Amino acid sequence: MTDAAGTIEAEQNRNIRKRWLLSLPALLIILVAATGPLLIVLLYSFLAPGPYGDVQWLPSFDGWVGVFMEKDIFDGTFSLASAHVSIFMRSVMLSLVTTILTLLVGFPTAYFIATRPEKTRELWLFMITIPFWTNLLIRTFAILEVIRNEGLINGLLLKSGLIAKPIQMLFTDGAILTGMVYVYLPLMVLPLYASMEKLDFRLVEAGYDLYATPFRVLRKIIIPLVKPGIIAGSILVFIPALGAYVTPSILGGGKNMMLGNLIELQFGQGRNWPLGSALSITLMLIVMVALLVYVRNAGSQGSRHG
Amino acid sequence: MKRITGILAVTAALLATTGLARAEGELNIYNWGNYTSPEMIKKFEDQYKVKVTITDYDSNDTALAKVRQGGSGFDMVVPSQNYIPIWISEGLFLETDPGKMENFGHVAKEWQNPEFDPGRKYTVPWAMGIVGTVVNTDVYKGDINTWGIIFDTPDELKGKVNVVPEMTDVIDAAVLYNGGKKCTGDLTVLKKVRDTLVKAKPNWVAMEYGTIQKMGSGDFAASSDWNGSAFRQRLANPAIKFGYPKEGYVNWSDNLAVLKDAKNVENAKLFQNFMMDPANAGMNSGFHRYANGIAGSSEFMPADMKGAPEINIPAEFAAVGVPSQTCPPEVQELYTKIWTELQK
Repeated sequence: MTDAAGTIEAEQNRNIRKRWLLSLPALLIILVAATGPLLIVLLYSFLAPGPYGDVQWLPSFDGWVGVFMEKDIFDGTFSLASAHVSIFMRSVMLSLVTTILTLLVGFPTAYFIATRPEKTRELWLFMITIPFWTNLLIRTFAILEVIRNEGLINGLLLKSGLIAKPIQMLFTDGAILTGMVYVYLPLMVLPLYASMEKLDFRLVEAGYDLYATPFRVLRKIIIPLVKPGIIAGSILVFIPALGAYVTPSILGGGKNMMLGNLIELQFGQGRNWPLGSALSITLMLIVMVALLVYVRNAGSQGSRHG
Repeated sequence: MKRITGILAVTAALLATTGLARAEGELNIYNWGNYTSPEMIKKFEDQYKVKVTITDYDSNDTALAKVRQGGSGFDMVVPSQNYIPIWISEGLFLETDPGKMENFGHVAKEWQNPEFDPGRKYTVPWAMGIVGTVVNTDVYKGDINTWGIIFDTPDELKGKVNVVPEMTDVIDAAVLYNGGKKCTGDLTVLKKVRDTLVKAKPNWVAMEYGTIQKMGSGDFAASSDWNGSAFRQRLANPAIKFGYPKEGYVNWSDNLAVLKDAKNVENAKLFQNFMMDPANAGMNSGFHRYANGIAGSSEFMPADMKGAPEINIPAEFAAVGVPSQTCPPEVQELYTKIWTELQK
């Protein structure tokens, strides 16, 4: 008996070892290609800036202090870095609003696809992924062509005589949001569809049989069941939106900085790589906090239902 | 039959690639995008049997950061004059001594011994220009030769002004507008500069690089801009004019240098000499639409560039131009702070 147990245990150990060995290349790539550069960024954030870009190999906390505090250049007083705070807030707000809007548009879209006959679903999904074939920059410029003063919409409205002067749509907050929602929508629809596909529509029918209103069915049956999809989609949209700066600067006119622009400035004309590195790490920390909040919410939901 | 054609095509392709590999040399140039005449490069390739490869960059800082890391594989680079002292002091250039090259006599007098490269030990002029204003004179009829277009925007232009987001250019313009000196560290001037910028910004519609297209399409009615860009805009719409700000404007130049770790040094030297030939410099200007600092090259430029008010500085405005130069790191830091506050 004990012998048999020993053999099984040895067999299991061998299996575990084999699995580790097989995943070793992947782990190495993750370690070298993902963690390595991050460590360099972390290291740079604790060095002094070189006079014309690059870093000097002197330990310094100026980069990190610069993220949160600023010395007024005119009266020399120290205060909270209000410029950085307002840029952070702008990026976070934009990401939040983008996430909410993509959810509002993406949810009915995913529901629509999931309720089509099985044969046509693939076609609909395929159509959702078509924009992914084109580069982000080109998609953004396409929107620009549609909404600019001599663009498609203004052209049609002017020709039809509905307006006398072109409506200023480009370079507004509305333009930025339209672009962001358009660009990130597939990232919301795909995970939502994945969980809706698994949804047992007999439960929905049962809800109706018991005289639930459509809104109640949505709130009590559909949303709780597709919650993992909602969470996954929101994460997938929120995180890249935080770092987005191409879309806001092309459609918004680039008058106000996003986090991405602020970081880029430090590595370019600002010539302050340590500050840029510290800002990048700060951005990552925000993303991690956001992830933790999501994950914890998801976890507690799961246990309640389990 | 189809198959035979296919085999022939493959063979031809193979022959073509070996043909390239057998060219007598190579030259890798790292330059600003949309800045090198393909026709002129073809001429150089044919003349010296050298295969030229051009790679683009979009800012001086990008080029500097990339080359500084070493192993870039480039032979030549074309930085702006205010960055050249940095390149030289960091030992990134090879001393090729263009001042002693055969064609050096063609370099215009005022560009033979510039402050940024005394005696032309490293660099050869590529292009030079001015940062000023462009205005659509159908929209605004007043004086366009002032930074007031950008900083005290007239009513007709409010909400239609763009500012090209080159940090140093914009802040320098505001410094000159407030009577200061370029690269000033004087805090009383810089405070005025900050206030001027913050007050002016609500009248701007955007801060973008794409002026040629958007001035043409009417998305902008005025902008800060480079003169070569203004020239191209006027060709598309004669109402668009270039303004020389009377408060002072910055003259810049981009210059061709050989990198210390270049692999094709001889070809690179040939190319430096080639660029000082008026015929070649003129051909290049016909493409990038800027002046080039080579005397006698205007003969070889397209007819529309001769006497163009953007390229030939009117005598009355020549005196207020100031040369572009490197700001000291501590001034750059002040500029960055003002810039961040402007765009927060």
